[in-house]
Amino acid sequence: MIARHLGDPRLRAYLWQALALAAVVWLGAIVVGNTVANLESRGIASGFGFLDRSAGFGVTMSLIPFGETSSFGRAFLVGLLNTLLVSALGIVLATALGFVIGIARLSPNWLVAKLAAAYVETLRNIPLLLQLFFWYFAVLRALPAPRGSVDIAGLIFLNNRGLYLPVPVASTGTVIALAVIGAAAALLVAAAAFGFGTPAMRGRVRLGCFALIGLGALWLIASLGWDRPHLAGFNFRGGVSLIPEFVALVVALSTYTASFIAEVVRAGLQSVPRGQIEASLALGLSRRRTLRLVVVPQALRVIFPPLTNQYLNLTKNSSLATAIAYPDLVSVFGGTVLNITGQAVEVIVITMAVYLAISLAIAFGMGGYNRAVAMRGT
Amino acid sequence: MTPARTTVDLRPPAMRLRPIRWMRRNLFGSPFEAVLTLLILCGLWFALRPLVDWALIDAHWSGQGRDACAGGGGACWVFVRARLGQFLYGFYPEAERWRVDVGIALVALAAIPLFLPRMRRKGSIACIALPAAFAVAGFLLTGGAFGLVAVETGRWGGLMLTVVVAVTGIAASFPLGILLALGRRSEMPVIRTLSVAFIEFWRGVPLVTVLFMASVMLPLFLPDGANVDKLLRALIGIALFAAAYMAEVVRGGLQAIPRGQYEAASALGLGYWRTLGLVVLPQALRHVIPGIVGSFIALFKDTTLVLIIGLFDFLGIVQAALTDPQWLGFALEGYVFAAAVYWVFCFGMSRLSARIERRGAPANAPAGRTW
Repeated sequence: MIARHLGDPRLRAYLWQALALAAVVWLGAIVVGNTVANLESRGIASGFGFLDRSAGFGVTMSLIPFGETSSFGRAFLVGLLNTLLVSALGIVLATALGFVIGIARLSPNWLVAKLAAAYVETLRNIPLLLQLFFWYFAVLRALPAPRGSVDIAGLIFLNNRGLYLPVPVASTGTVIALAVIGAAAALLVAAAAFGFGTPAMRGRVRLGCFALIGLGALWLIASLGWDRPHLAGFNFRGGVSLIPEFVALVVALSTYTASFIAEVVRAGLQSVPRGQIEASLALGLSRRRTLRLVVVPQALRVIFPPLTNQYLNLTKNSSLATAIAYPDLVSVFGGTVLNITGQAVEVIVITMAVYLAISLAIAFGMGGYNRAVAMRGT
Repeated sequence: MTPARTTVDLRPPAMRLRPIRWMRRNLFGSPFEAVLTLLILCGLWFALRPLVDWALIDAHWSGQGRDACAGGGGACWVFVRARLGQFLYGFYPEAERWRVDVGIALVALAAIPLFLPRMRRKGSIACIALPAAFAVAGFLLTGGAFGLVAVETGRWGGLMLTVVVAVTGIAASFPLGILLALGRRSEMPVIRTLSVAFIEFWRGVPLVTVLFMASVMLPLFLPDGANVDKLLRALIGIALFAAAYMAEVVRGGLQAIPRGQYEAASALGLGYWRTLGLVVLPQALRHVIPGIVGSFIALFKDTTLVLIIGLFDFLGIVQAALTDPQWLGFALEGYVFAAAVYWVFCFGMSRLSARIERRGAPANAPAGRTW
């Protein structure tokens, strides 16, 4: 009787699902029960109240003011901002480098193509952590002290305390130049959007706008004052200083990820069938317009999803910061705060939740993009 | 199983150019290309010559202790030679190191049939031989019975630990990954949701946090008094992490199987599990061998992260050797040696996977985790 009912696939499906759910709930209950008992026996109060308590430690780099009296919650924010900063900068640099190398791999020049291939095969077959150690311990920490800094054109200085860059200082002229550039750009966009006048007039307007933007840019550069780093006593003053941990992490992340982005770009460009290029040339489009109107739009459709994947990887890989003590989320919050407070469960749950949120947000964004650019009518 | 072909694709005939013509076409195609070529040659000359001088010509190869490296600006490979035993085996007792060699050789031997193109029934053979080899190797490494001295995992280290972590991670994640992939494609909503949640969770967090969780939170999850070995905790974290990625690789293979295969199996009267075991999985898994190798390469590189929770894998032990007061100042040698070893392993495996791919896997086979 029961055996006959068990043969019913629908009933069996319900049974399997109930069983799976029960197993998960049971496992969860055991884990929660054990954790509560363990925390009690160690005298650790659970909850997120510790976030308001005063931290009592300092960090080597923070984008917001942080002192020893700041709270653990603020330490979390410091770490999160440092993670976002290093990821954003890494993404920009990795994209630029990756596109250059990916295009170089398809160069008609044999030497350029082989050099790009050698870069990719070397960098992506060596663990990121090893590359990070190399940049940090063997390169940056081995640099001379501030007095013997590596001096690049008297503007940029590199020593074992970090990287010192000049920063631009705005003046009144800068503001005016920016306003001129903004107005010209707005006019350009408006001309393109509304298409007033004759084509010849539009051409003249466009030319005028470009000239204005060019002049504005020159003025902008001329109007900027530069705050240059200079040696004062035992260290540099002025400009902006970047700690060696930050520099090592950005360099390692961007060069490593660039090798993967290069492969993504190459695959994307190669995915455009030769016939498309030949057809476009046959229609009389110039090489540049072929590239801009035919190759790139089709290649980007292929490149974009794996590219965002690499961005995600870079963001997750930035957590290796903890190995060289760059104060990122994992290092400050998952390391220092966890060790001081002993709130292991809360700290790790929050840390993981942040990365998970970033991953899911990017995944959703990418899903939307994919739907928007999906091939229609094929 | 070859699809009917109506047209035959012929490659264009290969062009063979004489060296001079080849150079004119590929190196000096236009004035710009010519300048670029010369600039690169110049740059390579100035970059590579000091490198070759340092690594080979001026390097110190033989001798004892750091005095052998006094004088000259070359690399001190004596340092690597002096520490090689530790780099390979960690703190494993010297007299017992043959056990590591035998264990790893056994597993490698059991895996060989998988890579032989003409071997028949290799799946079934591997299913029996590999677990057996793992069991014997595991026993050899830990010891504690049949006259073998017990070696606690705290003394494991070096390249051996790297291989142990990577191989265990991939082997443990394989069955779990298949189950998760099947779960994700299941028609039962509860099973599907649980699988998706599991996969996306592990794929969404960095491995470092997983290792932190394994080393800090896992002891809290277990009943009081249950003490899990530090290495085992890391292995559990890595296996769960790798399983999520493996699931996505296997899912790609499952998606490549046409519906007709399922329908034909049903028509033959096969149930779900027999359809999977006899029809679907043998085809799907063959599709994803390159993806699995790719995941293995990624995992092999990722094993370096275990040094963050205090295990001495290959990179960890090299890093530790660099701080030895007797051998200070040889960081570059240590990193270059470690990089060369990792590179040989990873590059070799990627070539192997490319060969398998060329031999028969379909062009649309999923690439797996490629970072």
